[in-house]
Amino acid sequence: MTVFLSLTFSGVALGAIYFLAASGLSLIYGLMDILNFAHGLFMTLGAYAAWDAATHAPASWGAPVIFVVSLVAAVLGGALAAGLTEVLVIRPLYGRPVSQILVTIGLDLAATGLLLGAFGSNPQSLPVPLWMMEASHFAGVSLPNADYVAFAGGLVVLIALEWFLRRTRYGIIIRAGVENRTMVSALGINVARAFTLVFVIGGAMAGLAGLLYAVVFSGELVSPTQGDSLLIFAFIVVVIGGLGSIRGSAVAALMVGLVQDYTNFYLGNHPGMAEIGNLSVVLLLAVVLEWRPRGLFGSTL
Amino acid sequence: MRRSRVAVALGAIICVFFAIVPFISLHVDWVLPGTVNVVNSTGTLEVLALCFIFAGVALGYDVMFGFTGLLSLGPVMYFATGVYVFDIALTRWNWPLASALGLTFAVSLVLALVLGAIALRVSGIAFTMVTLAFAQAFYYLVEDNPHGLTGGDTGLALSTARLPAFMSGAVSNTRNLYWIAFGFLVLAYAVVWVVTESATGHVFVAIRENERRLEVLGVRPFGYKLASYTLSSLVATGGGVAYILLIGTAVPSAVASTTVTLSILVMVVLGGAGTRWGAVTGAILYVYLQQFLLKVAAQPSFATLPSFLRVPLSQPQFLLGALFVLFVLFVPGGVAGLVSRRRTPSLKQLVAGQRRKQ
Repeated sequence: MTVFLSLTFSGVALGAIYFLAASGLSLIYGLMDILNFAHGLFMTLGAYAAWDAATHAPASWGAPVIFVVSLVAAVLGGALAAGLTEVLVIRPLYGRPVSQILVTIGLDLAATGLLLGAFGSNPQSLPVPLWMMEASHFAGVSLPNADYVAFAGGLVVLIALEWFLRRTRYGIIIRAGVENRTMVSALGINVARAFTLVFVIGGAMAGLAGLLYAVVFSGELVSPTQGDSLLIFAFIVVVIGGLGSIRGSAVAALMVGLVQDYTNFYLGNHPGMAEIGNLSVVLLLAVVLEWRPRGLFGSTL
Repeated sequence: MRRSRVAVALGAIICVFFAIVPFISLHVDWVLPGTVNVVNSTGTLEVLALCFIFAGVALGYDVMFGFTGLLSLGPVMYFATGVYVFDIALTRWNWPLASALGLTFAVSLVLALVLGAIALRVSGIAFTMVTLAFAQAFYYLVEDNPHGLTGGDTGLALSTARLPAFMSGAVSNTRNLYWIAFGFLVLAYAVVWVVTESATGHVFVAIRENERRLEVLGVRPFGYKLASYTLSSLVATGGGVAYILLIGTAVPSAVASTTVTLSILVMVVLGGAGTRWGAVTGAILYVYLQQFLLKVAAQPSFATLPSFLRVPLSQPQFLLGALFVLFVLFVPGGVAGLVSRRRTPSLKQLVAGQRRKQ
């Protein structure tokens, strides 16, 4: 039972990271019809920004402060990269959705190539406070504190995002734009500003996801291609949850995280099944699509 | 009519030229990225053969993406099927060549029909994501090395025991492999030509332009979309077979990862989606540039450059990605678009022509 519980907790932590990555994608798709391939790049850049900040910060600040600094750097780095992407390469292509997808693919390839050239394909080690790797006991299971941090991060962002989308003026514009973009611009509201805003928000969440993924699941290592491997799961979460739905993303992220964790543990040690966790996620996607082609919470496609 | 005859003649000349390339032993400095700069050196022939293989695969992908408008991100799965099933049948099971070929295409056909039918249940962006997820699952499967079949990350070298002597991987056979790769491209081009010019091919284009209108006309697009998906998958499988014969080793990161899919997409868009020769040109340009840029970066004089120049210039992925972004932004039709824009008469000329006829 304790094994099952601790698997559940770490699955939820993984789900929280998937949610951070997927909710931005889902908002961007819902508002702008763009499948944003550069989202993996935002995650990678967030993680590198964190690494850069943490390695350059003076050691006298102490590990916790440095970690907070790198957290801020990850969020800002992701947001900045996403904002620039929207303004520089997406904006000239409004009205050409396929070209917008293609341009994000090209950007991802080019920038990943640049990172490979600058830092090499070997991962960089991210300084993380020792406390993160110490185990805490909670409800009879002991897990590294990093898992709780990831879960808390996902929860805080979910609440903040729901608040933003329901209670603020720009949030309401974004929600209205997801429902019917033409109508919103017909009412004289500048939708283009909302486009940049969803990219910045999505990029900030992606940067945070990149950092947390590096801390919790890849052994405090940062590498140029890790965002791209995370991106595939984020895509799967978005499709399962329903494109454009934040709650759908949250539910689907938990499902994917848990399915991956359970199958990995219970089936993954059989010979030739080391990748069963990843495979079962794809199977889950196929099942959900057969059952509900629009995803769990999707309304329009 | 005359233009198409000119095109056929031009195509025939290009075919004859590339067919006799292995007999040309000219020194061409800096143009071809061979180990020595001789046109028919092994290195150069290998690069050209690789160009042809990806040109064929890109052409097949163009049927689905450029002609039918289906943005799939799964072509690498069928390429990898060609590489791995053929390799496993020959190397692990010691099958004869013909049976191995038959099995490879049978597996690819079944995969394409089943997975295509599932993925085509959704359309637009969701289709793109589902194909990407399937291809990624396939990659995990290959990497996982089930029952010790694929060799996992270490790869699987092709055993040449059951291959005819002229096809074995010996250096002296490179020109034969070159011809096989070229033959694959010519065959793929012929098949794609026939299909895209047929009535079925016109339905493909109609699906791309407006699927709803087709449904209103009483045509069910599903079968045509599946046909387009399957044809493109089978061509990719053929490319995979030619690839493993040429390269001799299958490694997941080189033949099954999403990077391969993205390169194929980049090739087609660079050359011009929706045109046959555009896809071929884009692929040849891409593979050639990739090899050439690597060679440039390996020059000793290159190391003396300041790092802010050396780092970006040493990464073909960066340069090709940046080139791709620039093309999408500023040259929407790719290379083919540039040419046809020059060839298509302007509106003014058309009106003048009409007046003259009256």
